[in-house]
Amino acid sequence: MTFWKIAALNVAVAISATAAWAETEITLWHAMGGQLGETVNKIAEDFNAAQDDYKITPVFKGSYEETLTAGIAAFRAGEQPNIMQVFDAGAATVIGAKGATIPVQDLLTENGVDFDINDYISGVRYFYADSDGKMIGMPFNSSSPIMYFNVDALEKAGVSAPKTWEEFQSVTAPALKDAGYIALAQSHLPWIFTENFMSRHDLPFATNNNGYDGAEGTEILVNNDAIKAHFTALTEWKENGLFEWYGTGWGDNQQPFEDGDVAIWLGSSGSFGGLMSKDLGFEFSATVLPYWEAVTTEPKQTFIGGASLFAMSGHDAEENEAAAKFFEYLTSPEVQYFWHQETGYVPITEAAYALAKEDGHYDRFPAAEVGIQQLSLPGGENTKGYRMGFYVQIRDVMNREYGRILSGETSVEDAFANIEKEANDLLARFAKTQG
Amino acid sequence: MKRAGFTTVWLPVALLLPQLLIIAIFFYWPAAWAVQSSFYLQDPFGFGSTFVGFENYTDLLQNVEYAKVARFTVIYTVLVTFFSLALALLLAVKADAVIRGAKTYRTLLMWVYAIAPPVAGFLGLMFFDQRNGPLTEMFQFFGWDFRLGADFNSTATAMVIVAVWKQIPVNFIFFLSGLQSIPKSVREAALIDNRSATGRFWDVTFPLLAPTAFFLLIINITYSLFDTFGIVDTLVRSEPGNNPVTLVYKVFVDGFRGNDLGGSSAQSVILMILVLVLTIFQFRLIERRIHYT
Repeated sequence: MTFWKIAALNVAVAISATAAWAETEITLWHAMGGQLGETVNKIAEDFNAAQDDYKITPVFKGSYEETLTAGIAAFRAGEQPNIMQVFDAGAATVIGAKGATIPVQDLLTENGVDFDINDYISGVRYFYADSDGKMIGMPFNSSSPIMYFNVDALEKAGVSAPKTWEEFQSVTAPALKDAGYIALAQSHLPWIFTENFMSRHDLPFATNNNGYDGAEGTEILVNNDAIKAHFTALTEWKENGLFEWYGTGWGDNQQPFEDGDVAIWLGSSGSFGGLMSKDLGFEFSATVLPYWEAVTTEPKQTFIGGASLFAMSGHDAEENEAAAKFFEYLTSPEVQYFWHQETGYVPITEAAYALAKEDGHYDRFPAAEVGIQQLSLPGGENTKGYRMGFYVQIRDVMNREYGRILSGETSVEDAFANIEKEANDLLARFAKTQG
Repeated sequence: MKRAGFTTVWLPVALLLPQLLIIAIFFYWPAAWAVQSSFYLQDPFGFGSTFVGFENYTDLLQNVEYAKVARFTVIYTVLVTFFSLALALLLAVKADAVIRGAKTYRTLLMWVYAIAPPVAGFLGLMFFDQRNGPLTEMFQFFGWDFRLGADFNSTATAMVIVAVWKQIPVNFIFFLSGLQSIPKSVREAALIDNRSATGRFWDVTFPLLAPTAFFLLIINITYSLFDTFGIVDTLVRSEPGNNPVTLVYKVFVDGFRGNDLGGSSAQSVILMILVLVLTIFQFRLIERRIHYT
């Protein structure tokens, strides 16, 4: 958004604020930049226009990490916003701090908004819930890693999108290589090839029920044979020119796909809107993530990524009511469908999904449905989510070790031993902060 | 010499007070807070906290990765300091000798000084871009598969080059004014004694520049340690991954991104001690041995 637009918006806000003095004003801190931010602003404007009692002001606070840190600093100073967006990796921090937030389920029922967790699609229900299944954060921009592919490239190579990694390895990738493509790239190793590797194959990710039962004694279960075999395969593919890794940056790995050098790219279902808006020079489509048949024959749903909205405590009843009403508005099928269409994030309720289907959205853009289909696959023991403290740092450790594997600085065996040790140290430290 | 003095003690205190207040509020208070929180492990939101004594420090000292970051920081500091001083000295000596259009040359050489570290980092991103950065292509021409962000040594090289480039003008300005303050008579006397320009430089000019050089040495060490944060952050695009980072950047990553307040406070305290040592070194050793006049 340009400076003038912001200035104009501020003036408009100032004018409307004086005109409607009886409104309860609340703030929303979010990390949605660019086109996503404009969509958030649009939703807020529509909410403000739809009624006269409440007024919400969205404020962009930078990256996910910056937004969380800003929110924490504000909370400690008693200046917290009413609603704060917290990303998946920060969930343990904010949910662990009991008293910092009002569980969204309580907030809604106390303010007379109907709430039934079964209205939400199965993949998003429990990721931001506590161990009793009570929803703490409202899943807002939910996405999942999916497999995008260059339709022209696959046609040229005479293959279809692989269902399993075995198929990729033996059929798809060699054919794509012969056709002059790098077969595979991905944009987020901890998210796509670790967290969702666990849920897709229904493997436990941490002790204590994936960490949901409390920080005390939670240990990561990342050092297992299935994932080590996966990373060993990755290094082999990389050596044979079937896979390429362009660093930890998201965009560095997406760009070669957009340029047509890479045929298959694993990204976020939320990347859909961005890819659609670009003139790629080839037709692209998407499907669910492959799985290893050697690990499971019944692949499961994946975790949601993205972020959720938390109602911060320490505000008066009127403001909490306003926050509840905003959540009610936000989860209405029409708004969810609008958000889904504009951004590619999945609709979080069954009703919104039904509306999108009814409207023919997926007939027009079949790839837009992949994220929600994958989140609606059968669930298992280990697919509702994970809850680990200092997880942002754990991801940094993973990124570091994975980078070292792929740049040939370390072995798969050593890297996973390191990740396990450092992550468990961090988890033990986190447990102490909760004491 | 007659010393001027205040008749009462209150006036100087009152005059100093604003400055003291600023120092207390913006330096001592946060520093004291960091020291205190380095002995705790606390919930980011401020709910729970556990006193852990020196555990945050012992954890750091036993951490292999922290040692690696410290080692890299030392190497990085040595390289950045050496190259930015050496190149700036070379440029200053050459610019000092230019007679025609001297001002234009000097202005052009100082220009980069105005660039903020993050902007320098962004320029670095463009020059070292994986796909079409000109410097990437140059390295690849010489057979080095240079890949910013994916390969440790590539990113380290880019960090050093950008940091040096950004710091040269500062050193250049100081060296040039240092050179110009060398009395003409001394130079002319040297010219009679020694006809070799190189010899004159090392025997006469360089020792006379020593005060400037030592001052710059300290400035450059602190620059490499602390002020290159913006360059590091932009070059790794806020995702450290397997890229090299400096100690200061690690404080930020663990504290601000990771919300580990205790651990990152302990790291800042270690850095404070490092600065303290540097300062003592500067005042005790260097100031005594170098003669400024």
